[in-house]
Amino acid sequence: MDALGFSLVAACAALSALLVVRSANLIHAVLWLGVTLVATAALYAMLGASFLAGVQVLVYVGGVITLMVFGLMITRRHEGIIVRAEQANAFRAGAAAIGLFGLLALAISSTRDLDAGPVAPAVTTGELGCALLGEHVLAFEVMSFLLLGAIIGAIVIARRHDPGADTGRLAAKSPPPAAGRSEVAS
Amino acid sequence: MTLSLCLYLASALFCLGVFGILSRPQAIAVLLSVELMANAANICFVAFSHFRGGDTGQVFAIFSIAVTVAEVAVGLAIVILLYRRHRDTRLVLVSEARE
Repeated sequence: MDALGFSLVAACAALSALLVVRSANLIHAVLWLGVTLVATAALYAMLGASFLAGVQVLVYVGGVITLMVFGLMITRRHEGIIVRAEQANAFRAGAAAIGLFGLLALAISSTRDLDAGPVAPAVTTGELGCALLGEHVLAFEVMSFLLLGAIIGAIVIARRHDPGADTGRLAAKSPPPAAGRSEVAS
Repeated sequence: MTLSLCLYLASALFCLGVFGILSRPQAIAVLLSVELMANAANICFVAFSHFRGGDTGQVFAIFSIAVTVAEVAVGLAIVILLYRRHRDTRLVLVSEARE
C-alpha cells in the first residue's frame, strides 16, 4: 500500500514536471507546476511532515502559482490566451539533463547503507514549532528580514520610473506610482 | 518507500528543472524551472529528516520555502521591468541590453 501510494505520487510529480518544461502554452506550464507541487505536498504527508504539506499547499499552490499566473498575464504579448513558449536548443539541454541525472543516480546507487537503519519517529508539529522558535530562532528572525527586504526590493525594481519626475514637471499629469506597485502586489 | 527512491525522485525533478532552464528562452519559464529545482531540494530535506531522524531537515525545508518565495517576488519584479523596457520577456534581451 505504501509502495503503491509512493509510486502513484512519484509518477504524478515526474509526469507533471515533464509537462512543465515541455508544454507549449506557458499558462499550462504554470498549472502543471501546481500539480507537481500538490503531488509533493502529498509526498510530504506520506513522509510524516504534515505541517510542511500544509505549508506547501498554502504558500506554493496558493501564493506562488497565483503570482506566476498574474505575472504571465501582465507580461504576455497580445496574442490571445495562448502564450507560446519556444524551445531553443532542446537537444543540448536534454543531453545535459540526462547526463546530470545519470551522475546523480550513479552517486545514489553507489552509496552504501542508504536504506539501512530504522525509520525515525515522525516529528510532530509541536516539536517543529519549538525547534523553529527555540533552537533556530535567530535564523527565523533573519528569514523574516530577508522576506521584508525582498518584498521592498521587488516594489522598488518594478516601480514605474518617470524620467522627468525629479524635475517636478510631470507631477501633475503623471500617473500615481501606485500603478506600478499594484502590479507587484497582484 | 525508501530513502533512495525519494532521492531518485528528487534528482529526476531537479534534472527536469535543469532541462527547463537550458531549453526555455522566456524569463517566466526559467522561473518555473527554478521552482521545480527548489522543490526537488525540499524533497531531499524532508526525506532525510524522515528516514534519519531529527527535525532540522524540516526546519531547513521551511526556510528554503521562504527563500524561494522571496526569490519569486524579486524574479517577477525583474520580469515586469524587462517587459516594460522591451515589451518582451525573453532572456536574450538581457544580454543584448548590457552596455
